[in-house]
Amino acid sequence: MSNNDIFVNIVRFIVLVFLQVLVLNNVNIAGYVNPYLYIFFIIMYPLDGNKGLLIFLSFLLGLSIDVFEDSGGVHAAACSFIAYIRPVVLKYSFGVSYEYNSVKIKKADPMERLTYISSLVLMHHFVMFSLEIFSINHIGLLFTSTLFSGIFTIVVMACTMILFNKKSA
Amino acid sequence: MQQIIFFFIRNRNFLLFAVLFTISVALTIQTHNYHNNKFISSANYITGGIYTFRNNITDYFSLRTENEQLLQENVMLRKRLEQFQETVVFDKLDTTVLPAKYTYFTARVINNNYSKTKNQLTLDKGENDSIKIDLGVISSKGLVGIVSDVSENYSTVQSILNTKSRINAKHKNSGHFGSLKWNTENPNVVQLVDIPRLAPLANGDTIVTGGRSTIFPEGILVGTVKDFKLDMDDNYYYVNIDLFNDMTSLEHVYLIKNYDAAEILELEKGVEDEQ
Repeated sequence: MSNNDIFVNIVRFIVLVFLQVLVLNNVNIAGYVNPYLYIFFIIMYPLDGNKGLLIFLSFLLGLSIDVFEDSGGVHAAACSFIAYIRPVVLKYSFGVSYEYNSVKIKKADPMERLTYISSLVLMHHFVMFSLEIFSINHIGLLFTSTLFSGIFTIVVMACTMILFNKKSA
Repeated sequence: MQQIIFFFIRNRNFLLFAVLFTISVALTIQTHNYHNNKFISSANYITGGIYTFRNNITDYFSLRTENEQLLQENVMLRKRLEQFQETVVFDKLDTTVLPAKYTYFTARVINNNYSKTKNQLTLDKGENDSIKIDLGVISSKGLVGIVSDVSENYSTVQSILNTKSRINAKHKNSGHFGSLKWNTENPNVVQLVDIPRLAPLANGDTIVTGGRSTIFPEGILVGTVKDFKLDMDDNYYYVNIDLFNDMTSLEHVYLIKNYDAAEILELEKGVEDEQ
C-alpha cells in the first residue's frame, strides 16, 4: 500500500461512518429499508493490503456504527465476517488472477464486479439482521429485510462507484 | 512448541476473526438483556455531541408541527384547569408546594430509530439533569418508553417499539389490564396482550397506562383499539392498538419521576425475599 492509499482509506472510513449515521440511517423507506453504504470501505480496500489489518479495521468500522445505533455488536460482527470471507469471494468472482495483482476493482468487468459486491452485501446483511432480530419467530422479517435492504445497498453502492470512477478517470 | 507458534502464524487471520466475532456477538447478547449496555451506547460524549449537532440543524424543519402540538397541549391543559377552578374555590393563594408524587422533566430527542426490532431513542439530558434509569418517557400525545441507560449529559430510552418492552396498560372504560408488546410490523401499531376474555372491548376504545408499575402514573394515553381477536387458548384477547403518538417524528418529550418508586420497590423486594 502506498502512502496515498493509506490516506484515501482513512478519509473513506471517516466519511462513510458520518454519512451512514447522519444521513443513511434515517432513510427508512417503507418503514425499515435502509442502505448500509458504509461497507463500501471493506469492498474498496486495496486487494494487496494486509488481510489481518482489514479484519481489525472492519471490526472498528462496524463498532463505530454500533455505538451510534445502540445495537450492541451486530454491525461489528457482520463486518469482521465479510472482511474474513473477502479473499474467498474475490477468488470466486474475479477468478484466480486477482492474486497476481492483475485485477483492479474499479476496472474489472461489470458483471464480475456486481457478483463481488452483491455477495458481500447480502452476506453482511444476513449476518447483521439475524443477530439484530435474534429470534426464530421473526424469520420472515429477516429474509425481507435482507433482501430489500440488500438490493437498496447494492444500487446505492453501484451509483457511488460510477460517480467516483468518472472523477478519477 | 515451534509447531504451536507456526499454527498461530499460519491461522492468524482466522484467529483474529474468531476473537473479534466472539466479542461482537457477546456485545450483541449483552444488549439483549435489559439495561446493562453501559459499554457500547449512544449516550456517550462523542456520539451524543454529534447527534446534538445534527439535531440543532434538523430541528428547524419541524418547528411548525411542534408549535401546533404545543398549542394543542396548551388548549387541553387550559380546559382541565378551567374545570378545576370551577369545582375548587381558592380562598387564599398559598405559595407552599404540596408534596407531589410525580415530577416531570423535559428533554429533546436527538436520535430516534423505529426501523429495527429493538429500537432506542437518545435524549439530550443525563445524570447532570437528575435523569435516572427507569424513568418513564412520554410525549404530549402519549407513551414513548423507559430510560434504559444514562451518562453525564445524555440518556438512551428503550422505546415501546422494542421487542424487549413490556409496559402495563389497561382498557380505560372497564379497567381490565394487560401488557403492551410490539410485533415489529408497523411503527404506529403496538399489541396489548393478556386482556381477559370478559373485557367488553370495542374498536376505537381508549387504552391508557395501568398505574401498576412504579414507572408511569395511571392514565397516560397510549392509543385506541384498532382490532382484536382471541389468542390461541381462547382465554385472552390479542389487541392491535393505534398509537396516539407518531413514533416516527418525536422532538420533545417529558420524563416522569416517581418519588415513591424506591420505597415501593424496596418493599416489594422485601416481600419476595421472605418467600
